Amino acid sequence: MFDFLDKYDVLGAFWTTVQLTLLSAVGSLVWGTLLAAMRVGPVPLMRGFGTAYVNIVRNIPLTVIILFASLGLSNTLGVTLGSDKVDTTNFRLAVLGLIVYTSAFVCEAIRAGINTVPVGQAEAARAIGLSFTQVLGLVILPQAFRAAVGPLANVLIALTKNTTVAAAIGVAEAALLMKQMVENEAQLLAISAVIAFGFCCLTLPTGLILGWVGKKVAVKR
Amino acid sequence: MSSVLYDAQGPRAKRRNILYMAVFLVALAALAWWVYTSLDDKGQLEWALWKPFFSGTEAYSTYIWPGLQNTLKAAALAMVIALPLGAFFGIARLSDHAWVRIPAAIAVEFFRAIPVLVLMIFGMALYSQYTNVSSDDRPLYAVVTGLVLYNASVLAEIVRAGILALPKGQSEAAMAIGLRKGQLMRLILLPQAVTTMLPAIVSQLVVIVKDTALGGAVLTFPELLSSANTMSGYYGANVIASFTVVAVIFVVINFSLTSFASWLERRLRRGKKSTGAVLGAQDVANVAGTAATGAER
Repeated sequence: MFDFLDKYDVLGAFWTTVQLTLLSAVGSLVWGTLLAAMRVGPVPLMRGFGTAYVNIVRNIPLTVIILFASLGLSNTLGVTLGSDKVDTTNFRLAVLGLIVYTSAFVCEAIRAGINTVPVGQAEAARAIGLSFTQVLGLVILPQAFRAAVGPLANVLIALTKNTTVAAAIGVAEAALLMKQMVENEAQLLAISAVIAFGFCCLTLPTGLILGWVGKKVAVKR
Repeated sequence: MSSVLYDAQGPRAKRRNILYMAVFLVALAALAWWVYTSLDDKGQLEWALWKPFFSGTEAYSTYIWPGLQNTLKAAALAMVIALPLGAFFGIARLSDHAWVRIPAAIAVEFFRAIPVLVLMIFGMALYSQYTNVSSDDRPLYAVVTGLVLYNASVLAEIVRAGILALPKGQSEAAMAIGLRKGQLMRLILLPQAVTTMLPAIVSQLVVIVKDTALGGAVLTFPELLSSANTMSGYYGANVIASFTVVAVIFVVINFSLTSFASWLERRLRRGKKSTGAVLGAQDVANVAGTAATGAER
């Protein structure tokens, strides 16, 4: 029943999915944290920028962003992200699109984490003369991150599933492989079972492990 | 919340902020300049490419409006089918009988763990191999199938959380006056939970609207995004202009839905004096755990 699998590189496709996920996760964690810092900071212009970014980006479908990266940025404007091969360019564009989109949600998760830190802590930190950067970096963010592990895990799981959108610009990941397989083979249920199993293997443990970590590290109040 | 993190600003802090603002402004301006010059180099700013959207209604009546109609039709169908299904599974997960509770839990967790696109591709192949749905209708069927399977499982979690958020005294009192389990759910818990869940349900609509775009990009479903593609072909490769217009339309629709959800949430929170919590847009994340292209919701 599963002998059609020999003809396809299933593991390779899921490895691409994992790579897309990890690279975009790191990128959006960095950019999302910066956005969150801008949104709670004292500079009005940066606050406005952060708010506008989050509200605009998370209301655009990810598919539009990734397709725009390919058709608009790459084909029309000639942005290649430093590679001369089409496959590599599309992979990098997909990562870029995923970072742009996911960081809006990372920003919101971290901002929610900041909200869990009691007001008195920030007041105390200011009272002993710490600057905004110090208050945020030494007192608030470390606790906010620990509170945000759960929400961030949800973002990571969503990101894992969102990498399938890269299929729209031909990145050879799991969903594109599935599309090719169901077109060539007459084994719909077996193929779907394999792909579904693969995604369950990626998403369910992430949720369980990070959920446990989140409970472990959260500051008990 | 934010003002807690820093003191009211004195003259030095104000001067420093102005400096930061200037630096940030320069960075933004540099970015804008880079965008402008690269657009200009490729001739994407020529009026001919943008003209269809500002003069005449042809672009809207031929491409955008039919695409938008399909997007809204798929989203509405998905919502209407997914809501009762989600309510059913959400209530089933709260059942006292393990043989109802456990299969429902497995189904919900399974469909939440799988990307919507995978479900859509599955639906597409299912309809072409096993049914005689005409090939014109197949993309719509497949898109709606994918959206329903995924969103029903998310809505199931919302319903479950909405019922669990009600104070325990509600069920206790209902049982004390002798209501049966079915009556308790139908007469006491569900009506209250529905109001509780409204904001979360509205914000789930945003996720559905966004996910219809997958059908356009991968399954040849003629929705709003794919109309951007055909449009840019017709108007002489105005990719940037077409995508900008389509993105703006998506933002307008989804932003109004998001704002409506949070307005609803504020209103319900204010009006509620007696019963439990209100399940807001943000809470869906914590309840629903995962959420396809909507990340936190």
